[in-house]
Amino acid sequence: MNRSDAPAQAQSWRPPTIFGSYRIRRLFYWGVVLYVIATVLTLNVDGRRVMAGFSRAGDIFARMLPPDFSRWSLIWNGMMESIQIAIISTVVGIVLAIPVGLAAARNLAPKPVYLAARGFIVVGRTFHEILIAIFFVKLFGFGPLAGVLTLAFGSTTFLAKTLAEDIENMKMGPIEALRATGASFGQIVSFGVMPQVLVKQIGIYIYRLDSNLRHSTIIGIVGAGGIGTTLSASFTKYDYDFASAILLCIAALVAMGEILSDWIRRRLR
Amino acid sequence: MNSPSRYPTRYHRYTRRETYAHWGWTILCVAIVVWAMQAMEVQWHFLADAHVQAMDLADRLWPPRWDYAPQILGPLIETVHIGTLGTMISFVLAVPVAFLAASNTTYNRISWAIGRVILVLSRSINTVIWGLLFVAIFGPGPVAGICAVAARSVGFIAKLIAEAIEEVDPGQIEAIEATGANRYQVWATAIWPQIQPALIGTTVYRWDINIRESSVLGFVGAGGIGLYLYSSINSFAWNQVLLILCAILVLVIASEFISAWVREKVT
Repeated sequence: MNRSDAPAQAQSWRPPTIFGSYRIRRLFYWGVVLYVIATVLTLNVDGRRVMAGFSRAGDIFARMLPPDFSRWSLIWNGMMESIQIAIISTVVGIVLAIPVGLAAARNLAPKPVYLAARGFIVVGRTFHEILIAIFFVKLFGFGPLAGVLTLAFGSTTFLAKTLAEDIENMKMGPIEALRATGASFGQIVSFGVMPQVLVKQIGIYIYRLDSNLRHSTIIGIVGAGGIGTTLSASFTKYDYDFASAILLCIAALVAMGEILSDWIRRRLR
Repeated sequence: MNSPSRYPTRYHRYTRRETYAHWGWTILCVAIVVWAMQAMEVQWHFLADAHVQAMDLADRLWPPRWDYAPQILGPLIETVHIGTLGTMISFVLAVPVAFLAASNTTYNRISWAIGRVILVLSRSINTVIWGLLFVAIFGPGPVAGICAVAARSVGFIAKLIAEAIEEVDPGQIEAIEATGANRYQVWATAIWPQIQPALIGTTVYRWDINIRESSVLGFVGAGGIGLYLYSSINSFAWNQVLLILCAILVLVIASEFISAWVREKVT
């Protein structure tokens, strides 16, 4: 009889929210708004300069058009160097990633080796390519060698991580069967692990080649070779029509790389 | 009775044609690598004294200059702000682009092509190069950094959202259409709730990448900790460099943890 104590019927059904309750959701959105206001105030954004920027943007884009391809040999050489850096660094990365990846797989490596390899991967993946490039430029001087080593380092950590994950997800049956026959570690890897992870790994190698192609266009900014050197020089010299020509070439190169890698990966499957 | 020529006595995993194809691909790959190696003109003698240089560098890096820490706290926070605001702006821009670029929600071939061109242009130009461009426009400072992060992330976020839109369950769309809903009502009630996990997951994932990217935007003058890192390197203050690198390491690992935690909750 005590109907009045029952909670009132909800007015209308509302979908569940991922925040758990609507109050938390409202608080979250208010937090976002407050955050944006606070950051815009603390970043000391100069309103006048931003406004001036919009008119300057028009000016810069006007000077970018039409793109100036007259120095195409400079662009061509830079592009070729970028492509070569990408290819070599991917190959070096693949070679180095195999031992690191095997060491970072929990189901194959002993615990201390596993932890060391994982630590290496985490720390290596933290730093942006450009930071690593600075160190290699210091160690090996300006030029494409520093670029190759930078991207090889980045590829090693990335590929080792994916390889380790693939190995951890593979079926253990074949490995146990091999172990039962008294196979050595090398035999286990070549007959038990490799057939299971190879196809997926080749797909990832192609993906990495594609992303190295992207990265190889920027490491030149700190002197590690490739088209980035030319691009950053043209920006600092206010040579915008040449810069836009380079940007178009980079976009074309990256788009081509993406199409090619998509095509190969689709064929692999 | 016994015809030995019909059936091979030895087991071959691949047919002869497959074997030739495999060898062909292998030789092609090796040839490309050899070509790249030849054309690089690497200065191999730089390798010779690299270990000396490395030891020298390690010697200069250690120990980190702890009393520099208060000075980099501000720029470190600025780096987080650049990454976060850039991601927020790009999210707002990416949602309409994603609806254009997804083949099931776009208006016609032309709008689809426009969406795709935005995706490719935004993604193929690296954040640092966007930074160069926006520094030329807005002058050095965090505004250029925020714009650079936003310009690059639009393509990334929109591409993944567009893929999520293309994979939505058509049944719900048909159900909403059957009630006589217009295009925008279908988007809001049938598609949006289905892509919401992908939306949040992608954005948070990109946010964590953007924190990493904004740590180097200062190299081209676009604000954040990179500015201090660059000037420390140029003035050979290697002790400060080590401290800044440690700070970036902590920041990036923290953001990676947050992003992993949120994505786990969402999906």
